Amino acid sequence: MIPELGHVSLIIAFVLAIGLAAVPMWGALRRDIAAMNTAPSLAVGVTVFVGIAFALLAVSFLQDDFSVAVVAANSNSLLPPIFKFSAVWGNHEGSLLLWVLILSGWMTAVAYFSRGLPLVMVARVLSVMGMVAVGFLAFSLLTSNPFERLLPNTPLDGNDLNPLLQDPGLIIHPPLLYMGYVGLSVPFAFAIAALMGGRLDASWARWSRPWTNVAWGFLSLGIMLGSWWAYYELGWGGWWFWDPVENASFMPWLMGAALVHSLAVTEKRGVFRSWTVLLAIFAFSLSLLGTFLVRSGVLTSVHAFAADPERGLFILIFLALVVGGSLLLYALRAPSVASRVAYGAVSRESLLMVNNLVFIVSTVVVLLGTLFPLIMDAFSLGKYSVGPPYFNAVFVPLMALLMPFMAVGPLSRWREDSARRWLHELLVPGLGVMVVAALLGLLGKAAFNIWIAMAVLLSGWVALGVIKDGWRRLSSGMTSGLQWRRLSPSFLGMALAHLGFAGVVLGAVVVTQESEEHDLRMALGDSELLGAYRFELQSLGQQAGPNYLADQAVFEVSRNGEPIAILVPEKRRYFASGQIMTEAAIDASLWRDLYIALGEPIGDNAWAVRLQYKPMVRWLWLGSLMIGFGALVTVFDRRYRSQAVRNPVPQTGAKAVAS
Amino acid sequence: MHPVRKQRLILVSLLVVLSSAAIGLVTFALRDNINLFYPPADVVAGKAPTDRSIRLGGMVVEGSIERSETDLDTTFWVTDYEASVAVRYSGILPDLFAEGEGVVAEGMLNESGMLVASQVLAKHDENYMPPEVAAALEGKSAPAQKPVLP
Repeated sequence: MIPELGHVSLIIAFVLAIGLAAVPMWGALRRDIAAMNTAPSLAVGVTVFVGIAFALLAVSFLQDDFSVAVVAANSNSLLPPIFKFSAVWGNHEGSLLLWVLILSGWMTAVAYFSRGLPLVMVARVLSVMGMVAVGFLAFSLLTSNPFERLLPNTPLDGNDLNPLLQDPGLIIHPPLLYMGYVGLSVPFAFAIAALMGGRLDASWARWSRPWTNVAWGFLSLGIMLGSWWAYYELGWGGWWFWDPVENASFMPWLMGAALVHSLAVTEKRGVFRSWTVLLAIFAFSLSLLGTFLVRSGVLTSVHAFAADPERGLFILIFLALVVGGSLLLYALRAPSVASRVAYGAVSRESLLMVNNLVFIVSTVVVLLGTLFPLIMDAFSLGKYSVGPPYFNAVFVPLMALLMPFMAVGPLSRWREDSARRWLHELLVPGLGVMVVAALLGLLGKAAFNIWIAMAVLLSGWVALGVIKDGWRRLSSGMTSGLQWRRLSPSFLGMALAHLGFAGVVLGAVVVTQESEEHDLRMALGDSELLGAYRFELQSLGQQAGPNYLADQAVFEVSRNGEPIAILVPEKRRYFASGQIMTEAAIDASLWRDLYIALGEPIGDNAWAVRLQYKPMVRWLWLGSLMIGFGALVTVFDRRYRSQAVRNPVPQTGAKAVAS
Repeated sequence: MHPVRKQRLILVSLLVVLSSAAIGLVTFALRDNINLFYPPADVVAGKAPTDRSIRLGGMVVEGSIERSETDLDTTFWVTDYEASVAVRYSGILPDLFAEGEGVVAEGMLNESGMLVASQVLAKHDENYMPPEVAAALEGKSAPAQKPVLP
């Protein structure tokens, strides 16, 4: 009964979403206030019924109802309850339901926080999001119904969740990533609504900006978690593979980075308007493209579940409708909203333009590398694969190009600035990092590495630029003493994100350049030296988990004779699927990780072992956390808060101003 | 010059410079860093290049995995049920690598027609098959008895 109720509430949500897509839009066209006012309630209605459907699917998982096809395929009675819950989105049908749930959550949030906005705008925004919801609910109901039953041939037990996904990282990685992916539908909806109303002004940018920052912040956190999960769970210690599905989440991130910066210009100066709208459309389109790549299984990837061409086709058509429709609207309406505000060649506008161009070109090269195999295959020109060397070769120089401008950006002035002022502000930090980078070669114990020196130079330049800017804000002003109030959430968020970016770059370069890895056969009592660290295999044993049996190896790691850590990597065999899983053991610290993974047993009491030394790998994730939280912090800026306080009923706006 | 026009000029010239740099990088990087996929039948027929890295995909022949007792060297045969190619790999194989399962090996062919793999990819869950392998095996079914190794 429970799955049927879930199915029914999903259908009700679909009907409500159709209402949301149609009624407020019609109301906005006819200036019918009653029709426009239905938007928030319909949005909440969709959320409630998708929420019920999701909860009922979760109940089916927790109750081991193996008559439901997805439960039978992705759960098992022995699975710990927390993984039964996360198994809800560890499969195609359930993760799609999560997608829709998060989309409706964003709709409700927009309905709640946008009460101060003009009614027409709210109605259009929610209506556009309703259209997206219609598409995805139809996709769920027509091609991937999560409540399909296996009757009367109900299996006695389930197939189990893929062991790779039985991990705390997976409980939060997809929801966070989806928060970002789907969150980009909000700036998209704002852009479309603004195009429809012909109103692309600074206030539109101010409404759209906090949503964009939050969505992009969540996307950063989601990508970071995915990278961290892959690092410890896949057992070979990599943190980024340029896998097509990683790229699928990375492209909206890159486009989102451009959008976040371009919105700043539109809000502050009223320029780049049409450009910003286009970025918002592209960012969300790339989210949809990502969904298509992941869900259709057209590409070889860790994330691809069993392929189904029908599903791929559905998303492809939906993608074409969304992109085609938006671009058509853009072509029809954009010229009427173009701006004519001038700015100088040496100004913050120009610097942010450089930012935008670099991020867009990066998106395009990543897109090209990701789709190249698909395009070649479609034209029967052979089956190619594009590997990490391609992406590294094109992506790294682009980021290096970005960084010199990144330090200048925050210090620069809008409209017109002078190179001499930049030199004055940044001479000391610039000389400082050059000295540090040079000293690195003279004083460092290890051999001089040109790439690390470059990374120190560029990251240090960005970091010192941000610090200098913060200091300038603190110390300037009429009164003496430090002006802590001048550090607004906007500034703090930017500073945090830029410092985080510098940390990611430094971590990435150091871990790539200085990592050491030994793959070898180790028998009981064997020891191996990796850099200054000595790894000794002390004992072998077995340990039973709830739904698996693990072979364990106990390693003692010591440095200069002093024990540092006991590491216990595992090789697990899961009962239900018989699948083998490597569970790496990691001794983590800010400056280095020590990483052990077991391969397969070789002969008596001996294993193939992978030992790794990974310097500064944590900086990647700490930096990404800073980027994500930095983006989230900006929302607390006072100028966004004031819009919520504004009068909730726009047609009586005059009264509110008077009070 | 009119400021707006000057602005456009800056934008356009930046765009031209950046995109030509990007196109240059892309063509340079694509030339060396893409791998073409070959099923075993094509490799045996001599259609695969020997001077660059290729991808080979198919099923791991039952009973063909030979592991060294002293180090991590492993050899195995990959088949598309028409022909088989030997693969040598030194290192830790993925968890789901097994006899009778789909696999993609990346590496260079040596003079004796053996693929010296730098990377071996297996499928990621039980139901999943790399699309290239699925396509290479399409229309071919496993023979009743074990393939005879050359």
